[in-house]
Amino acid sequence: MTLLTDPLVQRMLLVGLLVGLAAPVMGTYLVQRRMALLGDGIGHVALAGVAAGWLAGSAAGLAQRDALAIPGAVVFAIAGAVVIERMRARGTAADVVMAILFYGGIAGGVLLIGLAGGSNANLLGYLFGSISTVTWGDVWVSVALAALILIIGLGLRSSLFAVTHDQEFARSTGLPVAVLNMVVAVLAAITITVAMRVVGVLLVSALMIVPVAIAQLMTRSFARTMHVAMGLGAVLTVTGIWITLFHNLQPGALIVVLGVALYVIVAAVTAARERVRA
Amino acid sequence: MLGTTEILHGVDLEVSAGEVVALMGGNGSGKSTFVRAMVGAVPLAGGSVSLFGSPSTPAARARLGYVPQRIGAGGGVSATALEVVMSGLLGSREDGRGAAGGLRGLIPPRDAKRRAIDALRSVAIEDLARRDVLRLSGGQQQRVLIARALVRRPDLLILDEPMAGVDLQSQVSFAHTLGHLKHDGVAVVVVLHELGSIARHIDHAVVLEQGCVTYVGAPPKDLGVHALPGHEHEHAHEGAQPTGGALGLEGP
Repeated sequence: MTLLTDPLVQRMLLVGLLVGLAAPVMGTYLVQRRMALLGDGIGHVALAGVAAGWLAGSAAGLAQRDALAIPGAVVFAIAGAVVIERMRARGTAADVVMAILFYGGIAGGVLLIGLAGGSNANLLGYLFGSISTVTWGDVWVSVALAALILIIGLGLRSSLFAVTHDQEFARSTGLPVAVLNMVVAVLAAITITVAMRVVGVLLVSALMIVPVAIAQLMTRSFARTMHVAMGLGAVLTVTGIWITLFHNLQPGALIVVLGVALYVIVAAVTAARERVRA
Repeated sequence: MLGTTEILHGVDLEVSAGEVVALMGGNGSGKSTFVRAMVGAVPLAGGSVSLFGSPSTPAARARLGYVPQRIGAGGGVSATALEVVMSGLLGSREDGRGAAGGLRGLIPPRDAKRRAIDALRSVAIEDLARRDVLRLSGGQQQRVLIARALVRRPDLLILDEPMAGVDLQSQVSFAHTLGHLKHDGVAVVVVLHELGSIARHIDHAVVLEQGCVTYVGAPPKDLGVHALPGHEHEHAHEGAQPTGGALGLEGP
């Protein structure tokens, strides 16, 4: 337990806990809208933002060239989310929009990091996560963004549920459907940039979706699904990070593997229980 | 207009408090488009909508209760019947009778759960409140959607083909609900192919063909004939009168 007094461990666990709680909130809305892979699309755009941040940092002659990487990721992810939402609202097929952002983001990231004088290796920390390098500054940024996601995502749950469940009916009640859709997209983008540090761009969607998929096997209520998913997300991230303190394993990958394993176990138990009832 | 096509041409529909009007017509006649345009569920490319005798505003639309044909396209995550009905309490109502939750209708009112249970009771499915709505039968889902509209305590209830694919028990329950609504003074517009088990509650019928009103008057007796596009309803029903509109949609 002396490990808990280590500031780095404290920072890692705190960021992991925040991300584990916040990511499934937005994941629930994305699954509800059948846009579970939106996180992947935005994540890849965020990668281009990371590279653009490097380029801006190099151009500005900053000592720490990646100082603008995370701000760049936030700006690009939000812009990507806005583009996705506008194209979706115009009727463009969601999978086509996602594919364009997916490939455009990763190709743009590789090109921009080259222009910034870096290499693809510089992107690896963002692709697979780098929680062991988290600073207290990163922690406070994560606290602020996670608080924003939780306050809006939980506070407006009824309205966001109404819009994601039945858009036509929501419009008939006078709810500001376009605004609420944009809120979901922008909050998803913010979630991705926060979670990117823990599990990386390639696995960020898993942290949003896998806890929701497990929770769905356990409950039939939308609100309870969200709450159970938040609990599972927090337990999975903290457990995954804790194990990597004793074993030389990649935290992001371990968290996702733990989640998928738990999904398989819960699915098997649920199926067995239903067979017994039948 | 939807897109570049003019679908409806100067359709007016008048319905008084405590009255049930059947909006009928064949497939593609424009009846579902009409009600969806009325409630603001689809954006118009042209033309105008008026409600309660005035240009449609969010406040006017908030006096409506809308029951779509089927449950929405969302639903990747399970939701209970109670949660779906409670979502009907969002949005705004000026007179305070309906939704009137917090933050301009973005947060449901404090008594939302009680009111949603009451609405489910009014369609006789309060025992299904905690069930996953997507695992209910078609008829039960339809009753959940009716409860979601009724929880708003609407002045005008608009139902888009509520009898389509619905079991007999739910049809009987729907007829019972219509009787109560008439008694309570709610105006009702119901889009139908067949009058079926609710025929005795229909006060008059309006038939649309190719986006135009072709008949207004007593409910047709020969349903098949009147639902067919191209049928001359004016000749079939002497004494049928044109009406002025509580609901209306004008072309560009």
